[in-house]
Amino acid sequence: MDPTRRGFLKAAVTAAGAAATTPDLAHAQDQDHGHDHQAVPSDLTLRVKALESLLVEKGLVDRAALDAVVDTYETKIGPRNGARVVARAWVDPAYKKRLLADPTAAIAELGYAGGQGEDMVVLENAPKVHNLVVCTLCSCYPWPVLGLPPVWYKSAPYRSRAVIDPRGVLREFGLELDGDVEVRVWDSTAEIRYLVLPERPAGSENMSEEALAALVTRDSMVGVKKVTLAREGARA
Amino acid sequence: MNGVHDMGGMQGMGPIVYEENEPVFHSDWEGRVYALTRVLRAGGGKWNIDAGRHELELLPPAEYLRMSYYERWVARLPIQVLKTGFATQAEIQSGTPAPGSTKTTPQLTAEMVPAMIVRRASTRRDARVSPRFKVGQRVRARNIHPSGHTRLPRYARGKLGAVVQDRGVFVFPDTNAHFLGEKPQHLYSVRFAARELWGEQASPRDSVYIDMWDDYLERA
Repeated sequence: MDPTRRGFLKAAVTAAGAAATTPDLAHAQDQDHGHDHQAVPSDLTLRVKALESLLVEKGLVDRAALDAVVDTYETKIGPRNGARVVARAWVDPAYKKRLLADPTAAIAELGYAGGQGEDMVVLENAPKVHNLVVCTLCSCYPWPVLGLPPVWYKSAPYRSRAVIDPRGVLREFGLELDGDVEVRVWDSTAEIRYLVLPERPAGSENMSEEALAALVTRDSMVGVKKVTLAREGARA
Repeated sequence: MNGVHDMGGMQGMGPIVYEENEPVFHSDWEGRVYALTRVLRAGGGKWNIDAGRHELELLPPAEYLRMSYYERWVARLPIQVLKTGFATQAEIQSGTPAPGSTKTTPQLTAEMVPAMIVRRASTRRDARVSPRFKVGQRVRARNIHPSGHTRLPRYARGKLGAVVQDRGVFVFPDTNAHFLGEKPQHLYSVRFAARELWGEQASPRDSVYIDMWDDYLERA
């Protein structure tokens, strides 16, 4: 990795307030293998700026509309949406029934709908069934409930290995499953988008829906982790 | 096409790199190229999601692997702009509109963005098409190697599975990506035992569920 790129990554990570480390997973800031990032960022900045100004000058796009799209995915649509769906399903059996029978409609009840979530399927985890979602061909992901996908989900290591070695992938995320647990991997090859309904953690019986939603992580709704009472790190 | 994008089952790609508290966009340009692509696609023209995916598959393989996700979007955007006729090659190269070209009014304003975001643009179709397979039936994924776009992953070709659900009628990406029509047909969730795909090294309990169109399957 060139020094510019290293500085850029370091800055990006610092800006994101990242501090904690996870022992089992490699980390963006100390990765040197360079599969994912190499182009000089200033070059990419210039190329995108040039295209944007051309399209604005031709009257094809409105800068304020671009700002609105970026703002929507940075501040409004993210894994908190999916967490509310999961928490509602945990506390409301009738909602859970609707969620499993007609996921798209049940998710829309909470106000979440649209691009890359048009035809949803919800996968319920159970003590002996664990679901894991991947898109081996590109990076399909349920945007209305989880927002835009993290880099690891879009990366070659995850896309290549989730189908052939799901238990090894889960181990890398710190999740060791017993041999008698059935692992179901869902490869998102069509326009069906998957949301994992994780198991409600033991000891959460008296928690409010809002408190439960705060426990639910993005990673648990992709199926690479479980929901636990003690949230590790910040919101992921 | 048998490209590097079809990664399922490949080995040697390294560890999964995880970033705590990852931002949605790591740089301004990532958000801008994402928004430009969304807004342009909402503006119509000769484009669809399958064509967009295929454009990424056509990137030179070494470049595809080297690039980050949004770098691929940066590489695709000028191709999309050119193919949809939004701008000419000369305009893209110079970064300025051709002299004398008329300025249009953007179809999508900031006020329209919230509606665009939640709009349901499903590829499900009402077409009356009979399913060729039924739930519970044993099927084999066809051993085909189309040189164009396909969503039949290589690791499943020739393998035996079982239909677990008929998801209804959907646009067929293999034709739609090339603007050869939607060819709507039934889409199924097909379960493949992990051992059928990967042999004895896999757990006998595990399985991979793949969404497969009628044209990807044959009777087993």
